[in-house]
Amino acid sequence: MGMFILRRVGVMLLTAFCLTFIVFFMTNLYPNLEKLAKTQGNFRMSDEAVVSYLTREGYMAPLPVKYGRWLGVLPNHVTTNDEGVTTGKCIREGVNTAETAPRYCGVLQGEWGYSSVFKDDAGSIIAKRLGLTGWLALLAFAVMIPAALIIGVLAGMREGSRMDRTLSTFSIASSATPEYVSGVIFIAVFASSAFGLKWFKGSATSAMEDFTWANITLPVATIALYGVGYVARMTRASMAEVMTAQYVRTARLKGVSFGNIVVKHALRNALIAPFTVIMLQFPYLLTGVVITETLFNYKGFGWMLVQAASNNDIDLLLGGSVVAVIVVLVTQLISDIGYVFLNPRIRIS
Amino acid sequence: MEPLTWTGALGTLLNPLFALAVLGLILAVAGYLLVSAYENVQAAFSTTSGGIVMSAPHSESLARFILPTAVATLGLGMIYLLAGIVTPYGTAGILGELGVRFLPVWIALAVTFFLSITYKRKLGLYGKLFDSPIGMFGFAIVMFWVFTAIFVAMDLIITHDPLGQVSGMKNKLPGTPLRGAAEGDYTHYLLGGDNLARDVFSRMVKGSQVVLVIAPAATLFAFMVGITLGLPAGYFGGKLDTIISFMANLVLAFPVILLFFLLVTPEIRAAGIAIPGTEYIWRVPTILASILFLFPLVFLVVLFDSRYFTQPPKRNLYVGLTILIGGYIYLGMAWDADPLGLISIDGGVLIVFVSVVFVNSPTVFRIVRGLVLDIKTRDYVAAGQTRGEGPWYIMLWEILPNARGPLIVDFCLRIGYTIILLGTLGFFGLGLSSESPDWGTTINAGRRLLSIYPHPAIVPAIALMSLVLGLNLLADGLREESLKD
Repeated sequence: MGMFILRRVGVMLLTAFCLTFIVFFMTNLYPNLEKLAKTQGNFRMSDEAVVSYLTREGYMAPLPVKYGRWLGVLPNHVTTNDEGVTTGKCIREGVNTAETAPRYCGVLQGEWGYSSVFKDDAGSIIAKRLGLTGWLALLAFAVMIPAALIIGVLAGMREGSRMDRTLSTFSIASSATPEYVSGVIFIAVFASSAFGLKWFKGSATSAMEDFTWANITLPVATIALYGVGYVARMTRASMAEVMTAQYVRTARLKGVSFGNIVVKHALRNALIAPFTVIMLQFPYLLTGVVITETLFNYKGFGWMLVQAASNNDIDLLLGGSVVAVIVVLVTQLISDIGYVFLNPRIRIS
Repeated sequence: MEPLTWTGALGTLLNPLFALAVLGLILAVAGYLLVSAYENVQAAFSTTSGGIVMSAPHSESLARFILPTAVATLGLGMIYLLAGIVTPYGTAGILGELGVRFLPVWIALAVTFFLSITYKRKLGLYGKLFDSPIGMFGFAIVMFWVFTAIFVAMDLIITHDPLGQVSGMKNKLPGTPLRGAAEGDYTHYLLGGDNLARDVFSRMVKGSQVVLVIAPAATLFAFMVGITLGLPAGYFGGKLDTIISFMANLVLAFPVILLFFLLVTPEIRAAGIAIPGTEYIWRVPTILASILFLFPLVFLVVLFDSRYFTQPPKRNLYVGLTILIGGYIYLGMAWDADPLGLISIDGGVLIVFVSVVFVNSPTVFRIVRGLVLDIKTRDYVAAGQTRGEGPWYIMLWEILPNARGPLIVDFCLRIGYTIILLGTLGFFGLGLSSESPDWGTTINAGRRLLSIYPHPAIVPAIALMSLVLGLNLLADGLREESLKD
């Protein structure tokens, strides 16, 4: 077990390294840097001015060097301007000087860089936005998982019954409704003047300070709906498989009531597979969060990613990508370990 | 011209009946589910019942209402849509006139279903689909959109120019008469106008074309890539498998939305490697396309070569034809260097296509690899190996045909997923031009005024949902029928 976890963590670190490098590579392609230079300087910069700006800021260094600097394993880039003032990533006026500033200044030292869109430290922006998204995701999961498990178990316990068909059709329909479709329909029906039912608000901006029934229901329902169908179908498949197992048949022949079989015998084994699926929902949840936050104007992590990407805010985009990749990889790790842990056949051997 | 209402004069008679039928259906289904769930929970906690509960009495009596109310709802719905064909223009309202516009689609659907059901015993898996009501329903929805896309190409269904702006029609509600309609113009904006005063209905049907060309083609390419890599990875295993699997997991761990934001930008389309000594710049979309589009070519060449290498004349013919035709298409699609100048893809569409293939192929790879690992332990594979068949013959002509069931089902599901991905790209305004009538872009354009004028966003949203739903139901029906034998 220990060896297994160690190996998984090793693979995870290697994956994280490769993925951050790819993101770094793509954000540092020359046209992106050119756009950055023009947004930082002015839009009518000549090609030579762009190159000199980028050279001064250290963007023209070879890619591995830049990546090493960003990661914090190579000394940071510092520049001295015409007046003899030295500037660099970790040199902050009033805090330290060019001499006392740390030489290594990267993600490993906890320095996420500076966001050119929000004019603030990227690390603190990410932390704040992640907190906001955390609440939204938590509420969505709190709705999605119980609903999906109940639907899946009810559908799977009698495969092929009318109940199964009705609930399965519902889960197929819900997994055919991406967030941008359900969100649009929810807003139109429940929040627009066209239908007249102004039950909820079409914008969740006010939910960032304070949740109310009116401002958070629609975003939560939008995120949850797309996930419910998928998790419910997985639960149904797993439940249906367990219900045909030999030990369930034995229990039936012994005369155990159907309800008892479902609750006491089948459920425990049937919930192992959905656990993995739920954990693997996180990457999809991220897409859902980005769409929902954009649609409802909830300024969380997904909204931040959109802003960073559309303005090529390199430091913020990289930071956000690292967080997203780590969330995905950690949930995959938990899902793998959890699967082994929950499944006695694997755990004991 | 008078504005059209949703159901017109016909509605005064039909609306109450329809409302009654829908209400009945909702009550029957919801009531059945609640009562049945309650009965199951009760059975679980009652200690007295010793045997298996075979039938739940109350829920069954409610269940009997589901079918008749569903039939009534569907039947009345069809009257709404089809009545316009026989009544004068405008009597049957917007729904009736929509039904008239879709008349060619109804005829084509009726012919398809009549022929398929008549000959269903001779049609293999496709014919068996017509034994499953769910599969049939899904197939009908999918074919509805396929026929719509085809007939729009023949200029049939569409009422106005999807890009044409008419002054005074901005954000107009469904059924608004066209201002200043000339002789021969269609007199109404059936589903209203969008914020640039274009006809929502025409854009929606035109958009089906974009979606139905890109999504199945991208899925097919993703399958070619996934199969070409998954077969050897599963069959040979070892280092090859480890490397390809690691790479597939790398792509799978990448959040899709992030990949789109990094890959589908105008800057990336401009980026590339300058080939030394020439003016040519190898752009990122072309780099990706030239790698990904090579897989179908390799797949087909190996497919024919492994089959016919004992008959050189036949082999040379097939492989030669593949390289000639495939190479021609490859040059045109990936390199934009078709010698005859016929095949060419716009840069925006190409990067969208490539990134969708790129996102989908690792999942297909994992599915194929899993299937191969299972099938290669079968006796017929061992028999083939003993006969001295080559590994590629076994992979492509023994294993692949036996994996077709799950692959066909996944193909249907994956087209649906690809449509959702394309919609996501459109929703963020990535890739396709903002004028493009595809559904994602239209939803994006409509969402800004959603709380005042919801119709420009809702129409494409429902179209997209219905097509994906149709594909999912079709996949479900196919899975059920393919498991039966």
